[in-house]
Amino acid sequence: MDWVNAVVQGTLLGGLYALFAAGLSLIFGIMRLVNIAHGDLIVLGSYLGLVVVTATGMHPLVALIVAVPVMAVLGYVLQRGILNQTLGDDLLPPLLVTFGLSVIIQNALLEGFTADPQKMNAGAIETASVSVGGLQLGVLPLLTFAIAVGVIAALQWMFYNTALGRAFRAVSDNQEIAQLMGLNRRHVFGLAMGLALAVTAIAGIFLGIRTSFDPAAGAGRLIYGFEAVIIGGLGNLWGTLAGGVILGVSQTLGAKIDPGYQILAGHIAFLVVLAVRPQGLFPRVSG
Amino acid sequence: MRVTRASNAARIAAVLGLIGLVVLALGPYWAGRADMRLMSEIFLYLALASLWNLMAGYAGLVSVGQQAFVGFGGYMLFALTIFGGLSPVVAIGGAAVLGALIAVPVAVLIFRLRGAYFAIGTWVMAEVFRLTFAQVSSLGGGSGSSLPVNIVRSMANGRAAREALSYWLALGIAVVVIAAVYLFLRSRQGLALTAIRDNELAAGSLGIDIWRTKFVVYIVTAGLTSMVGALIFLQKLRISPDAAFSVNDWTAFVIFIVVIGGIGTLEGPIIGTLIFFALRETLADLGSVYLLILGAVAIVIMLKAPKGVWGLIRARYDLELFPLSYRVHTDKKEG
Repeated sequence: MDWVNAVVQGTLLGGLYALFAAGLSLIFGIMRLVNIAHGDLIVLGSYLGLVVVTATGMHPLVALIVAVPVMAVLGYVLQRGILNQTLGDDLLPPLLVTFGLSVIIQNALLEGFTADPQKMNAGAIETASVSVGGLQLGVLPLLTFAIAVGVIAALQWMFYNTALGRAFRAVSDNQEIAQLMGLNRRHVFGLAMGLALAVTAIAGIFLGIRTSFDPAAGAGRLIYGFEAVIIGGLGNLWGTLAGGVILGVSQTLGAKIDPGYQILAGHIAFLVVLAVRPQGLFPRVSG
Repeated sequence: MRVTRASNAARIAAVLGLIGLVVLALGPYWAGRADMRLMSEIFLYLALASLWNLMAGYAGLVSVGQQAFVGFGGYMLFALTIFGGLSPVVAIGGAAVLGALIAVPVAVLIFRLRGAYFAIGTWVMAEVFRLTFAQVSSLGGGSGSSLPVNIVRSMANGRAAREALSYWLALGIAVVVIAAVYLFLRSRQGLALTAIRDNELAAGSLGIDIWRTKFVVYIVTAGLTSMVGALIFLQKLRISPDAAFSVNDWTAFVIFIVVIGGIGTLEGPIIGTLIFFALRETLADLGSVYLLILGAVAIVIMLKAPKGVWGLIRARYDLELFPLSYRVHTDKKEG
């Protein structure tokens, strides 16, 4: 029963990892940009939630109403102001610019909030649980997983049923022709990054309720998100959810063997997938 | 018409470089203790930057996980001296060999990832190394360990002699790395590498084995990086997983050095290292604001002058201190 419990808890943890990964998957799918600052942007989302909660006293989940649009606008501005200049055939500029961005965000947070770990207090929901078939499931992990499924379903629907989704798919397929068809790719990329950072804000707030965070926490989140994307297969959002779940389950099973193995077990699961199926489990586009 | 590699500038640079090297080699006789420490650190960063530049600037392998090998080299120094009973100087060589060996399976795995995903894959590898060494309790586990006093004493008689030796080792590795990169780039393999950098598709169609060329670069770089890592922790005398596998110290700073100096040139890392240390010595009191500035400078350079400071100089004066490219001279008398 302990092992079943570990698998179920790991699956729910995977929901959080899928939220980390969804934004990464989205922008890679649309503009082939790998954002090294993604983890730091998640942590920035957590701090943004913290500031809103402290300033207004509202519940962290309500703070999403403020954090999501703020991060979305930030994403649009970031893309149009800086990141659009880096796009092209050369791999180095986007990589190094987002790397510089990561260092800037980390140290700006360090300057503003010190290195002390912070946490958002969500009240009774943090400890509430429901009993299902002999297992105690936390309400917060269940809610996180449900939100992750909801976010991915919404992104998937948007991709295939809206004009914006069509624009995203068009620039993803061929930027020049999309441009000829009257799409401004700079604007479309800005919207894509805005959307990605809106998801990032959700991920940041759930991270900040679940565990404590500090300015240096971004690197770990980037790596989990990246592993979920690769395990699931590039460009497949549902695959990313599956990747997050596999990562979460590996971590809880590793922790069951020895608490010191938790994170290592996740990395090893990733390396095993890379060794036996480098294109990921459910690939859609080639990298 | 003549085709040459050497130019007057390169000849003058070589002479000045040799004179500078002799002056630096005599460092223990004229520099103070603090200056020697700082210079050793500069040499070690210069070596790391030149190696990263070889991978990213020439082989197109952008790694953000070189701390894996710096830390591995450091830990191998400790393991080989404490458990293997080797002298530290021999252990540094051993660390290089072991670093190159461990890089083989690592490369086979992460070479499956392309571009930026390769970059993050190297980072995952470095994390695996860090978490693994944190589990090794005989090397201090998560809290790390110090190099035993008798091993430190065995290096040389007296503190001054020890410090001089570790200074020469640092200078030596910087010279060895730069010379190795230079000779490698002038060799047949180097020509293949330059061809791949300029156009991978064309290079492949001319019969260059792209995978193997990149593989060799990765392995050699890993071995030399491990060697630098062993030296870094011989200077520090203390190692812990967080310090050994720090992404900021061993990769972020190195990337900034190369980007600011000029990626894809041999001169770039040298200029970059000097600029980096000049900035650090003047701005380090600002703490995290200093890193903020460094990040911003790197972004601006990448966007506005992607060839770095040396790229600007080269474009303006057509200078090349390390003769790597060929120049065509047309004799006016004949024409």
